Amino acid sequence: MGTLYEDIVDYGGEVFGKEHMETLMLCVQCGKCTGGCPSGRNTALRTRKLFRMAQEDMREEIFNAPELWFCSTCFTCYERCPKGVKTTDLIRIIRNLAAKEGHMSVPHRMTGVYVLKTGHAVPIGEPQMKLREEVGLESQPPTTQKYKEQLEQVQEIFRTTHYDAMIDFDWDTMNLREAEGGEKK
Amino acid sequence: MSEEAKEYAFFLGCITPNRYPGIEAATKRIFKEFGIETKEMVGASCCPAPGVFGSFDMHTWLPVAARNLCIAEEMGLEIYVTCNGCYGSLQEADHLLKDHPKLKEKTNEVLGKFGREFKGTTKVNHSIVILHDVIGLDKLKERITKPMNDVNVAVHYGCHFLKPREVRGHGSSEDPYIMEDLVKVTGAKEVDYKDKLMCCGAGGGNRTADTPQSLEWTRQKLVNAIEAGCDCMVHPCAFCHLQLDRGQAEMNKMFGTTFNFPILFATQFLGLAMGLSQTECGLDIQTTTMPEKLLK
Repeated sequence: MGTLYEDIVDYGGEVFGKEHMETLMLCVQCGKCTGGCPSGRNTALRTRKLFRMAQEDMREEIFNAPELWFCSTCFTCYERCPKGVKTTDLIRIIRNLAAKEGHMSVPHRMTGVYVLKTGHAVPIGEPQMKLREEVGLESQPPTTQKYKEQLEQVQEIFRTTHYDAMIDFDWDTMNLREAEGGEKK
Repeated sequence: MSEEAKEYAFFLGCITPNRYPGIEAATKRIFKEFGIETKEMVGASCCPAPGVFGSFDMHTWLPVAARNLCIAEEMGLEIYVTCNGCYGSLQEADHLLKDHPKLKEKTNEVLGKFGREFKGTTKVNHSIVILHDVIGLDKLKERITKPMNDVNVAVHYGCHFLKPREVRGHGSSEDPYIMEDLVKVTGAKEVDYKDKLMCCGAGGGNRTADTPQSLEWTRQKLVNAIEAGCDCMVHPCAFCHLQLDRGQAEMNKMFGTTFNFPILFATQFLGLAMGLSQTECGLDIQTTTMPEKLLK
């Protein structure tokens, strides 16, 4: 484990390319991100502060800040940043690193449970099947929830990348191993 | 190639088929009216949500998105979507995999476990862009049989329709035009309102992390539209639809508000203007109800 910046560049670089992640160091604290942030007016999220903390290697402080999860990924700051800092992508990568270290709420882990069980973060139930019939559609769409062998492919991806372990998924119960108590560990 | 395409693979995602099938029905119906056939993507999954799964593990998000792209590639068709989340995920994944050969190789190792391979031969389109750019405003105008002449519309874009611009390619994210054009073609008036381009509040796992807090964004958005004299809100995103429509019932319960502000996906609004009934558009099986003004 290097500094937070090194981890962001290494891990995020694998997806976005290193240069994309290195823009973190271009932040000069002008505050344009925070000024236009729809979350910032309602929550404690201060995008500018987040980037300063990341530059200063304040790993634990960032990972334990609840507001890290109040960014809606709207990309407003991403488009407006005068220095070309890839803000939203950096926030997603910081969240990835936090999640890898166990900072992931139960509701967030549950979205993974739904996908592991049905292939959908928002699965269908009986009442919604009736709604589909009311508008003249097949009661069940032709997706992973209908076709087990297709769902197994999605499950295989989650196994391969160890997403199941990250959320503490129990394959016997098809649920979280420990559903209570907020963060895992 | 989009201009000639007459057949598309419809990537359904989660909210459209599993919560708001009216969006699915209205979109397919309108496309068919204009000679565009919709093919089903058998075995498609969650896109998966870009701000949710992309926030937890990009290395899981990417192969799941790539697997969905593979289904369309195997069909030999371009994709259309009815959700900005699906648009965000699938287009971003397609873009990343086409730009980064090493990432493509790594992703294909995962997909190879069940015999699939991302080749980079499909294209991800938003249904709203097909309406605007492929069918076109002139053809749409010819089919408007119930003009919305006295209706004031608040356009809501959502976020991932326009941003990031370098991936979406629809021009300015601060002064957009696509949704405005589609609203105006019905004869309705597109009304500017405070913070028009603001997010609905749901994305990025924010709704999941703290629903009441995310609904505060939604409340501000709706109040701004209502104060500007709008009769309804028209948008291009199934996930925003959930937050804006179902969210009103949640707010009325949590905050003691009395919202019933009509929320319509763009093809539901166009459908009404083209003479479809609210039942055909699935507008009578959602939370917010449609006023006479929109139905006459």
